[in-house]
Order: sequence, then C-alpha cells, then structure tokens
Amino acid sequence: MTSIGSTATAMAVRRSLVRGRPDVWGAVFYALLLLSLLFSLAMLGILLVEVMTRAMPVFQERGVSFFSSPLSSNPAAAGIGQGLVGTLMIAVLVPAVSFPIGILTAVYLEEYAPDNRLTRLISVNIRNLAGVPSVVYGLLGLTIFVAFFEQIGAGTGRNLLAATVTLGVLVLPIVIITSAEALRAVPNAIREAGYGVGASRWEVTRKLVLPSAAPGILTGTVLALARALGETAPLLLVGAVLGGFSTAAGGSVINFVSGPYTALPVTIFQWSKQSQAEFRELAAAAIVVLLAVTLFANAVAILLRNRFERTW
Amino acid sequence: MSQVAPAPPSDAPVIRVRVGPEGQPATTGTTSSEPDAAPVISFEDLHFYYGSFRAIKGVSIDVPPRRITALIGPSGCGKTTLLRTINRMNDLIPGTRVEGRVLYHGENLYGKDVDPVEVRRRIGMIFQKPNPFPKSIYDNIAFGPRVTGFKGNMDELVEQSLRRAAVWDEVKDKLKQSGLALSGGQQQRLCIARAIAVSPDVILMDEPCSALDPRSTLQIEELMAELRTQYTIVIVTHNMQQAARASDLTVFMNMAEDRAGYVVEQGDTVGIFTNPKNQMTEDYVSGRFG
Repeated sequence: MTSIGSTATAMAVRRSLVRGRPDVWGAVFYALLLLSLLFSLAMLGILLVEVMTRAMPVFQERGVSFFSSPLSSNPAAAGIGQGLVGTLMIAVLVPAVSFPIGILTAVYLEEYAPDNRLTRLISVNIRNLAGVPSVVYGLLGLTIFVAFFEQIGAGTGRNLLAATVTLGVLVLPIVIITSAEALRAVPNAIREAGYGVGASRWEVTRKLVLPSAAPGILTGTVLALARALGETAPLLLVGAVLGGFSTAAGGSVINFVSGPYTALPVTIFQWSKQSQAEFRELAAAAIVVLLAVTLFANAVAILLRNRFERTW
Repeated sequence: MSQVAPAPPSDAPVIRVRVGPEGQPATTGTTSSEPDAAPVISFEDLHFYYGSFRAIKGVSIDVPPRRITALIGPSGCGKTTLLRTINRMNDLIPGTRVEGRVLYHGENLYGKDVDPVEVRRRIGMIFQKPNPFPKSIYDNIAFGPRVTGFKGNMDELVEQSLRRAAVWDEVKDKLKQSGLALSGGQQQRLCIARAIAVSPDVILMDEPCSALDPRSTLQIEELMAELRTQYTIVIVTHNMQQAARASDLTVFMNMAEDRAGYVVEQGDTVGIFTNPKNQMTEDYVSGRFG
C-alpha cells in the first residue's frame, strides 16, 4: 500500500477526524430525555406501589367475599360485587353500541364522502367533540337519555341503558377519529388494484380496505374502551348508585338493565370520600380490580389486533 | 414504404427496429395494422379536465384489436391520464370531467347508464408499481373472479391465469404465501395474472416496467407479445426503446403551451421511429427533448 504522505500529514488527518470539543449540549439533552422517562416511570411506579400496599391487606383478609359482596355501610361487609358487574356490563354494552356506529361513520367519512367543505366541517367538529369534558356528556345523558328511558318505561331511567348510551356517545368521537386514521393509512394502491379488477366501492371497502385497516381500528377501540371503563363523572350524573341498593334475585334481563346499578369507578369515588379509613383501603383494592379489568380488555383487543395483523 | 431516416446524431439513443427477412422493417411477428379491423377503443375529440385545468385536448385516435399500442411522450403530456380514461379510473379522482366520447366497440364508455364497475371488468389495468393485495397469491388471483361472480373451478382458473402470466412455475408451491413476498418482477406478473383472471378484453398498462430491473422488463415484454394474441394492449411508456421493441402502433403525445396534452402523431411503430411525419416526433424519438 502506498503511503498517503508523511506521518505528519497522517496525524493531521487523524486529528481532524477525531471529535474536537465534547458535545455538551447533546449530552445535556440526552440526560433530560432520560430524566423525563424516569420521572414518568417513577410516577407510575409510586402510584402502583401505593395502591398495591393499601390493597393487599384487603385481598388477604376478605378474599373472595370482597368480589362478591354488595355495597354496604359496614366496611367489613362491603364489596365490589355490584360495581364489578356494572363495569363488566359497560365493557360489553358500550362497544356493542358505539363501535359499529363509530367505525361505519369513519368508513363513510373516509371512503364515501365527497371531499368538500361540509365533510371537512363534520370532521373538525367530531374532533372537537373528543375534547369535550366528560361531565358535559353526563349532563347530556341526564337530560336526554335518562328522560327517554324513563318515558319508555325502563324504570326511573337511571339504569345501565342510560349509562351505556351516555358513555357510548362519549367515546364515539375517539372511535371515529382513530378508525378514520387507520383507513387513511391504507395505501391507495390497494384500492386502485381492487377497482382495476372490477370491484365496486362496497367490495373494495369491505374486502380490501377494512381488513387492511383492522389493526389500527382495533387499537382505537382499545383506547375508547379504556376511556369508557374509567369514567366517573358521567356515571354520577346519569344515576349510578352511590349508597347501597339491592336487585331482586331472579329478575329478567330487561329488569336488570332497567334497574339501579353502579360501576367500579363510582364505587371507588364513594369509598374514597368516606371518613373511615377502612373504606379507603377498600377503595385501593377496588382500584386494583379496575386496573385489572382495563388491562384484560386491552389484552383481548391486542390479541384480536394481532390476529388480523399478519406479516403480509 | 420504408424510406430510411437520416442517421441520428451519435449521442442520440439507438433505437432498434426489427428487420424482416428481406431487410425491410417488420413489426413484432405479424403484419402491421389491418386497416379493416374495427377499432376496440376510439377517442372522439376527447377533452379531459381536472377541475378547471384541461389536461388533454382534442384526442381522436383509434386502438385496433389484438395489437399493442404504445403511448409515448414527455412527462406531463397526459399519457397516463389518457390511459386512465379508458377504464374510467379517473372517476375515482374528485372533480374530473370528460368532454367528447370514448367508444368501446362503438359504445360510449361515458354514456349515461354505463356502470364503471362493468367497464373495469372488461378493461383491466396494470399499474406502474406492482400492487398485489395483502393476501395470499391464490387469493390475489381469486379476488377478481369472486367479485365478478365466477362460479366455476377456482383452482383451475388460478392456475390458468398464473400460467398465462408466465409465473406459475415460480409460485405453484407457494400459493398460500403472501403476494407481497415475491420479487418485483414476479409481483408484476402476478398483477398481470390477476388482471387476466377476470377475462378482460383490453389490458391497459401504465409504465409496467419502470419499477423493474432489465431482466424482468424483458420477461414482461415477452409476456406482452404472447398476450397480444388474445387481448388488446395499450401501454404507456417512458422508455422509447421499449415502445420501439414491443409495440405495433405508437401514439406520440406532447404538452402544448397551455399545458394540455394532445396527440402529435400516431401510426405504426416502425414508421414513427424511422420516418416520422412530424418534426416534433422526430426530435422526440431521437432524444433531442423529453
């Protein structure tokens, strides 16, 4: 190999290639990023540890009776039985009501609606609705849905039906926005290819676009469901029971959804307010259960999403 | 007929034209245009608008059956737009408008009762970038027949289509694998198989080889020559050598001052490349612009 030049030149080249001053601001920035991450994780960690330490005694002492007992003014006898049932019902009913409507709305907006001012106006307004405080939806629920259900004879209207519709409307914008984004992310080449072989718009949407957008849509529904399960204010307004109540045993499904109910977030709220310390421990245990329910719902949705998201 | 054009300047691209047994230029195999065959596609004074912008003006050309017609011209001259008016793909773009007529076997494709879906079942399209569906190879081919109501033996149809597209041997053992797992050239042949699975009459190709390597390009050109016996093919290409090699007729388009595209000259390929009537055509095919 020929020499490049004198050793002096070689050393000059080497010196010029080696970094001169240390990158101070780069290091500072990197440290800031790490600190932010650690802070966020620490907050979450503290929350979890705090809740778990308060909750563990309850699970250890009460065991299954904590899950099966109804609300009671006696902390030793109170349990999340009714709250759990209410939350599980919400987890089933709200998706059933709002996901089809939300997804179909998104399909219309993305695949069928003409790109004009009206469509854009509608899209913007849906985005705004996603930011409306949930207590407002509670008021809406109270004045319209509760009254409606009372009118048609479903008890006092303060029931799971009203809760479902209220929460369903609350999460609808989230479902629409995330589904629309998932649809938009489907490359146009797929649609063109579908049209090219003589498929109609309905066939292209149903057989090509929706399957392709399914992972993104399912992710959106996970977000929506998690939101619905954690909402407290709207439920308080549409009549979730704070104190105790009892449902007659052996009632029909209609009686069940027309009658009084409560949900975990509401129970947690109620118990947290009590002066007796035992109730606040119960609240911590209920929080753990609610977290578990939310995690489970997420897991189901992610499982479904992975099933659709193959390595095509 | 053949007056040999003056030799192009030495820096111009060399265009090969096939020569028949007596030294006269011949087209790909059979005799060139049969003037008696009724055209499959006819443009009658077509103007095309994107909103208020006129992209194509005054196109009136014929596409004869079972021949390969190439649309050539510089970027932006409207070749792809013109191609897409044939199978009404431009309908998918909002705000587009057609004036004039596009006749398919004598019927106006933009007539009042014409269903674009039916049009596209008879006039298929291959796109510039291969776009197989995110499905298995089998389902890629089967999709079209399924939506057009095919009731026969699907396995047979899939095999037949893949054979005709000269890709069967390469995929026969992996029909259940994803169409996207194939190489570029294979994907494009898969798309061709997909298009012919619905038994079209006409196949439109929008620069089908521009995203492919030279070997795949050659394979597709050979495929086109075979398909020509059964289908009418219209191909847009930037590659003049390809147009000269592979097509029977050539339509040269250019962009006017108002940025509308128009047809400068059309005729059989040999004539266009060796003896163009229009000076602009001569300039373009010898590489002086474009």
